[in-house]
Amino acid sequence: MIALIIFGAVFVFALGCSIAMLFAKNAVHTALFLVGSQVALAVAFLLQGAHFVAAVQIIIYAGAIMVLFLFVVMLLGVDRSEVLVEPLPAQRQLALALGALLAAGITYIALTSVDLIGADRTQDLAAINRNPGNVLAVARTLFSRYLLGFEATSVLLVAAIVGVMVLARRVDSVTALGAEAPSSEEREVA
Amino acid sequence: MSAILDFIGVGFIVALVKALVVFAALLLTTILVVWFERKVIADMQSRVGPSRWGPFGLLQTLADGIKLFFKEDFRPQGADKWAYALAPVLAMVPAILGFAVVPVGGVLGFGDTKVGLVGSDLNVGILYFLAMGSLNVYGIVLAGWASGSKYPLLGGIRSTAQLISYETSLGLSLVPIALVAGSLSTVQIVQAQAGTVGNVTFFDGIPILEQVSSLFKFIPNWFIWSQWPAFAIFFISGIAETNRAPFDLPEAESELVAGYHTEYSGIRFALFFLGEYVHVVLISAMAVTLFFGGWDGPIFPFLSWLWPLIWFTLKTIAFVYLFVWLRATMPRLRYDRLMWLGWKRLIPAALLWIMVTAVVNTAGIDRGVRLAVFGALFLLVLGFVIRGDPRQKTAVSPQRRVSSGTA
Repeated sequence: MIALIIFGAVFVFALGCSIAMLFAKNAVHTALFLVGSQVALAVAFLLQGAHFVAAVQIIIYAGAIMVLFLFVVMLLGVDRSEVLVEPLPAQRQLALALGALLAAGITYIALTSVDLIGADRTQDLAAINRNPGNVLAVARTLFSRYLLGFEATSVLLVAAIVGVMVLARRVDSVTALGAEAPSSEEREVA
Repeated sequence: MSAILDFIGVGFIVALVKALVVFAALLLTTILVVWFERKVIADMQSRVGPSRWGPFGLLQTLADGIKLFFKEDFRPQGADKWAYALAPVLAMVPAILGFAVVPVGGVLGFGDTKVGLVGSDLNVGILYFLAMGSLNVYGIVLAGWASGSKYPLLGGIRSTAQLISYETSLGLSLVPIALVAGSLSTVQIVQAQAGTVGNVTFFDGIPILEQVSSLFKFIPNWFIWSQWPAFAIFFISGIAETNRAPFDLPEAESELVAGYHTEYSGIRFALFFLGEYVHVVLISAMAVTLFFGGWDGPIFPFLSWLWPLIWFTLKTIAFVYLFVWLRATMPRLRYDRLMWLGWKRLIPAALLWIMVTAVVNTAGIDRGVRLAVFGALFLLVLGFVIRGDPRQKTAVSPQRRVSSGTA
């Protein structure tokens, strides 16, 4: 019963944060509301017995990605006033159409209760959490049944990182720095 | 009464009581730790330290706290109202929440109800600890940004870079522990360290050294013996995570006035202060839990439930002392040296050490191969960590500068 009350409170909080995020004027406030809604989602995962997902939700989304968001917002100084010029021509219409599509999809799933993950429903989640435990169960599923998807995702991430390294690399400035250091030393010694 | 009890459940009440006890204990601990730090540093600097209020000046922190509580709450004109108010709370809450997974003792029995002396035995205990550590950044970053002032902003940006960098090595240093213990639960990690080293077959067949093996019966089976490189990485990263000297760049008083909390006063400043000290105790308690056997120690027949608590407290105090000792001895790192240490030394060393631990722990590997791999990689890690910064060779020492000036 207490779990149900917390569940309700968490979802009111998550939805409130999400709506506030949409209407916040300040970029830092927007980021903060997003953090709030993600932490609320993590609590919801905990209530469902998905401990591992809850921890990862906080570490990755709230702890790493949103901190980088804040860092960039603070460094670029876009926190005072938002730029309202949209670079893509049909962005608004496209967003509305895709949003409607997503809403229709979610409604369909909610109404017909489609089994998206195709998981083995014969076992109770609480029983799995007791034995072999949440982390082990996730690991066994991830590294057996969904191994291909898991590895493909990791390859994608590595490719993205390498791509960023190539794009952000400035060869001339690096060599200039490297060339300058010994010359200054020579000057000092002389 | 029983209807209400059925409605909320015994488990909930137990959890609530645990949370309240931990919270009260942490507030008391902070008061004592601040006093402890001032006394120890005073002793190291040949001073007396706080001595006016209470025996040995024990009540000094309480007096300071009351003073801060009644001080005027000041907010700068350019500050962001909500973020400015939220930041001190966000600096304190994750540190306190982190204690939910610290086991301070075994299982206590109250009649039929068995109560484990841990906030919650999550099977993702270590990940929970890391998650709370990663939320800790927000308080400092927001304080820096919301103050609307340049020194706090610089402190906030510095701390973001520092905390993100050292969080990585902190997380990586805990992977070998999970490999050795076979679990992420802090309670199971403590249980895996119970007993003594015992059966050491390492010296078997060697005449005199064989006798040495019997000595191992008295050495506790803590992870520190095999995992001390992981411990070194964990503790260095832990100090950086708490923003304490020698990693206190976000609040470097000689460069940034007081860094991220420059504009804070009164009770809000007290919350930052509280958060920092709770975090120090948290890192100490986690070091004890993961590497020094947690509440493991000899248990004597009288008051047998109390001994684990005593051992845990004593070990944690030893680490808090280490924190204070480091603050009294080490000068602050330069910013580029801090980044160099984090990214170029601690993270690669942690990755290598994970590899070593994984190889050594693989079942079915020949002992000779295992030892050879272990030795080779160990030397590699050691050499890698000890090897200095190559840029140091190009730096000019003061003596050389002076001589070149006169020449």
